[in-house]
Amino acid sequence: MSTFRLRAGRKQVHLRAVQDSLRKLHPRVQMRNPVMFVVYVGSFLVTALWIQALAGHGEAPTGYIFGVAAWLWLTVLFANYAEALAEGRGRAQAESLREAREGLEARQLSEPRKGAVEIRVPATRLVKGDHVIVEAGEFVPADGEVVQGVASVDESAVTGESAPVIRESGGDRSAVTGGTKVLSDWLIVKVTSEPGKGFLDRMITLVEAAKRGKTPNEIALSILLAGMTIVFLVVCATLYPMSKYVAGATGLPNPITVTALVALLVCLIPTTIGGLLSAIGIAGMDRLIRANVVAMSGRAVEAAGDVDVLLLDKTGTITLGNRQATEFVPAPGVTPEALADAAQLASLADETPEGRSIVVLAKNKFGFRARDLSEMGAKIVPFTARTRMSGFDWQGKSVRKGAPDSVAEWVKSQGGEVPKECRALAETMSREGCTPLFVAAGPAILGTVRLRDVVKGGMKERFAELRRMGIKTVMITGDNPLTAAAIAAEAGVDDFVAQATPEDKLRVIRKHQADGRMVAMTGDGTNDAPALAQADVAVAMHTGTQAAKEAGNMIDLDSNPTKLLDIVNIGKQLLITRGTMTTFSIANDVAKYFAILPAVFLPLHKNIAMFNIMGLKTPESAILASVIFNALIIVALVPLALRGVQHRPVSAARALRDNILIYGVGGLIAPFVGIKLIDMLLVALHLAGVKS
Amino acid sequence: MNASLIQNIIYVVVLVALAFPLGTWMANVYAGRPGRIFGFLKPIERGLYRLAGVDPAKDMTWKGWSWAVLIFSFLSTVVVYALQRLQAHLPFNPAGLPAVSPDSSFNTAISFVTNTNWQGYSGEATMSYFTQMAALAVQNFLSAAVGMAVMVALARGLSKTAKGLGNFWVDMTRSTLYILLPLSFVFALILVSQGVVQTFRAPVTAELTQKTKAADGTVIDTQTISVGPVASQIAIKQLGTNGGGYYNANSAHPIENPTPLSNFLQCLAILAIGAGCCITFGTIVGDGRQGKMLLAAMTLMFVLALVGATLAERAPSRLLHDAGATASNMEGKETRIGVDGSTLWAVATTSASNGSVNSMHDSYTPIGGLFPMLLMMLGEVVFGGVGSGLYGMILFVVFTVFISGLLVGRTPEYLGKKIGPFEMKMAAIGILIPCASVLVAAAIAVVAPKGYAGICNQGAHGFSEMLYATTSASNNNGSAFAGLSANTPFWNYLLGLCMVICRFGVIIPVLAIAGSMSARKVTPEGPGTLPTHTPLFIVLLIAVVLLVGALNFVPALFLGPVLEHVSAFRS
Repeated sequence: MSTFRLRAGRKQVHLRAVQDSLRKLHPRVQMRNPVMFVVYVGSFLVTALWIQALAGHGEAPTGYIFGVAAWLWLTVLFANYAEALAEGRGRAQAESLREAREGLEARQLSEPRKGAVEIRVPATRLVKGDHVIVEAGEFVPADGEVVQGVASVDESAVTGESAPVIRESGGDRSAVTGGTKVLSDWLIVKVTSEPGKGFLDRMITLVEAAKRGKTPNEIALSILLAGMTIVFLVVCATLYPMSKYVAGATGLPNPITVTALVALLVCLIPTTIGGLLSAIGIAGMDRLIRANVVAMSGRAVEAAGDVDVLLLDKTGTITLGNRQATEFVPAPGVTPEALADAAQLASLADETPEGRSIVVLAKNKFGFRARDLSEMGAKIVPFTARTRMSGFDWQGKSVRKGAPDSVAEWVKSQGGEVPKECRALAETMSREGCTPLFVAAGPAILGTVRLRDVVKGGMKERFAELRRMGIKTVMITGDNPLTAAAIAAEAGVDDFVAQATPEDKLRVIRKHQADGRMVAMTGDGTNDAPALAQADVAVAMHTGTQAAKEAGNMIDLDSNPTKLLDIVNIGKQLLITRGTMTTFSIANDVAKYFAILPAVFLPLHKNIAMFNIMGLKTPESAILASVIFNALIIVALVPLALRGVQHRPVSAARALRDNILIYGVGGLIAPFVGIKLIDMLLVALHLAGVKS
Repeated sequence: MNASLIQNIIYVVVLVALAFPLGTWMANVYAGRPGRIFGFLKPIERGLYRLAGVDPAKDMTWKGWSWAVLIFSFLSTVVVYALQRLQAHLPFNPAGLPAVSPDSSFNTAISFVTNTNWQGYSGEATMSYFTQMAALAVQNFLSAAVGMAVMVALARGLSKTAKGLGNFWVDMTRSTLYILLPLSFVFALILVSQGVVQTFRAPVTAELTQKTKAADGTVIDTQTISVGPVASQIAIKQLGTNGGGYYNANSAHPIENPTPLSNFLQCLAILAIGAGCCITFGTIVGDGRQGKMLLAAMTLMFVLALVGATLAERAPSRLLHDAGATASNMEGKETRIGVDGSTLWAVATTSASNGSVNSMHDSYTPIGGLFPMLLMMLGEVVFGGVGSGLYGMILFVVFTVFISGLLVGRTPEYLGKKIGPFEMKMAAIGILIPCASVLVAAAIAVVAPKGYAGICNQGAHGFSEMLYATTSASNNNGSAFAGLSANTPFWNYLLGLCMVICRFGVIIPVLAIAGSMSARKVTPEGPGTLPTHTPLFIVLLIAVVLLVGALNFVPALFLGPVLEHVSAFRS
């Protein structure tokens, strides 16, 4: 995504948003948001009153009614603007994505074989099961599975990552995405998506926020806001006859004008959150897209905030993924140098990362240089999964390095014996989460090499954070229980599942869900698909198989399993932003009452002035200042709504206290200050009306 | 510190202390374990079920509950209405009282069935002994039992081990048979010991020691003293937060409330079951801390209102002050009860949906009268009516949990159950209906000549009188500000509608929440769970009750008590 992010200039985005906010004045758009619809209707009403005043029958000074009407319209526009701005970011991305897809042509094959009969068809005509060939320089016309060939593919159009990736048939790297470009070689692809339902199409729908459905939490909040709006409508509607009666009983005319009543209503209903609500939701999805994660629904993002249990694959997520040699422990009577030398020589033929790490360790510790065995004329014994050993035979001397069991057997076959110390050491290493390798020369064991999983830096701290937030981490690994326990302790996860099969994952998820917990996991292989489908938040790696991607409800384009932690954060941030704005909005009402009620009811008794604790200049300036504050606060909070309120990893009780202090107490105080300042400004500009 | 203040402190302490054993015992009753001393009632309970063809083991859905409550209440209304209209032809009418008017019967029937017990009529002069007992006293029990049963259904729905909402008929029967009847029986005996009358004799005539002359010059030398089965009715009037007195003067009447001890105990009985319900709720949901939290929040609000009202009433009214007087505001108060005792009762009776009085709220200082009104406007959730106060409070808890859940970044959950759009909608309806009813009814009254014809003061105070009446009816309180002649067809029908809409407009959403929450999965508690039993949550809950409940009434209160208050100042 990063490629598109700033393609459209800031200025242009804002300009477009301004145009859109005017377009959104259509009643059909306004009706979607009950809170702002009330403001919208109120704006029409006060405008009509202004026209009436122009005609000389005004209920209040013409300029004052105009001021209220103008700021009510601005309130509506500001809310529209916030939404348009949030949508604008997504739209730029959607347009780029569309470009990537449009006008693609496919070379359809009659059968999945290079050299088969080819016909050229538009990409939109491809259906599931068709075979196409894509050669260097061409675009992949649709999502699919590679059935033949190996090629490097530029996926930057989708992932924003410019480094090309390898795609080949079979295994976990066989999925290709429509709109990506083959850079070298060729691929035969079996189409796996129906037209219009491919990955790009889904992404376009997603970033085009307008088409997005409301999430359950958003609906619940909307109900709360609509409920408050109805109550305040009743409050204001009944206030008119009440005030007329009370004033009439003492022979006074009704002090309240319709203009003031509408102003009061608009100030009381939760316009701040009402105006920003959809922008907050859109911005939340946008933040996810910026993190290079594509969510299939907004529901999944919210669910991420509720996650109780994270299932994390050990390899790649918690550890760097490769075991590395960290120590040479010689057998009794062997020097460390002799062991290191033999181990290095035996590993030269081992191209696995583990083998390479032994070569590196010997070089770092003892300065041994890698030598070329074949030049020395040695017979190389390469590592195989069956023998689980590598080594060489040279000048009648045989050296082997490998798994303890295998090497022990080999030593026995050579007529030797494994010393007790070595066996004990191997046990201990296993218990500590390391993998021991024996090195033997002929019948004699030279010693043990310690291989260990290296836990990624900072993981322990992150898991501690998660624990404070109440999220339990479970490590999933294929290792034996001893090794797993040691890594789990080192990384600081809460629990682990050792020797896990895909069925185990599914079982663990179901167990936690049965206890009422929400479970999140990442996965990439086809065998992860059932577990992904079961998990509440399932992040599939973009490099993963098609099956995994279809089972998940989010796709991480960076294929970084640690991303799950960020996704949880984004989900929480989304809810917190809504909560803080709602609290702020409701708390604001207290100050607005203090501004408007004394202003409106002053004619009933002069002592009512004692409630004008802000010392606002005139009733007109008080009401106008409240309406202006109410409108400006929306604009002032747009950046926060788009950026999201920061979530800090503290306990729920602590987070609640902090946010109440900032947004609740702050929401009580801020409008007192703001309204007073605006009133002073109105006075300074001689817009405060007649002093009464 | 003086004696009356100490008495008020003792009151609060005893109230809270009593809530624990009472609440725990009530929870046991609803679980079918009323205790050994009630063993003799078990056959009666079983007999009632057999007679009515009720299977006590059968759970009802929330819709089943709603229908049961509605049908039961409708039939009750019909019976109470009919008994009033036919009382002239029924026994136990030694004074030969005629049939009650249709509009008054309508209002009274609804009033007693909805546990409001608003009385537009003068009790001793309108209702025969038979009507008082068979219609009104019976409803004192049954309407209270309905409230308690609904509370129990809600608690079961929220319970972590929820299996069902229980059976309406069973909970009704248990509330009446094991809780209300025995408590009232004992309480009535105590009241009789204090001198409250309990008899079926016709009114007593007494010779006046000091003869007086009427306006037309005729000499008055005798006084008719109404008597009747008073103690039994007063016991349930207080315990069941009914409030409808036997006498029009209610508990200010020396025969209804003769001694300091009877005053203290009657006042305690107003809130006892309501406070106990908090603990019952905590026990049934399986988390005692939740009950304590609710009790703490309610007690805190109660004390705040008590302090505010006491301060306002202890000070001389502004006019008295300007006249050089330093006395407290004794207008409308019994000298034997005094300012503090009256204020305590006023705050207690409006916290609960009781409505009985031992002083006339109309004569309170504007701010002193604002507190009782505000307590009702909050939706009767500070202790509130038996059962109804608690379930009303839970609606506010749903709001609070929702907002605070968002603030910590989790889909809101209460007692481990997630709050979704449906619960939010129901909570909004339950809070919205009484608010709208208060304001709309008051607005109708101020534009209808027949509405404001009923008041005896003009301007801000007259408006307060009307607002108080619609507030009292819409929140099923039943206390009257006095000053309003409400026994007119207009007021009888208007307030009757308020009572019926608001009673069932809250009960049905509450039952709906109970139903949908009982089906929710329970999320186990962890550090990420928002605790709903901490002091912070209590403060937050109070803030939400005040903000959501009271903000709606600020403009109306501004036009009534506040305007009246500031007008009394010399500028």
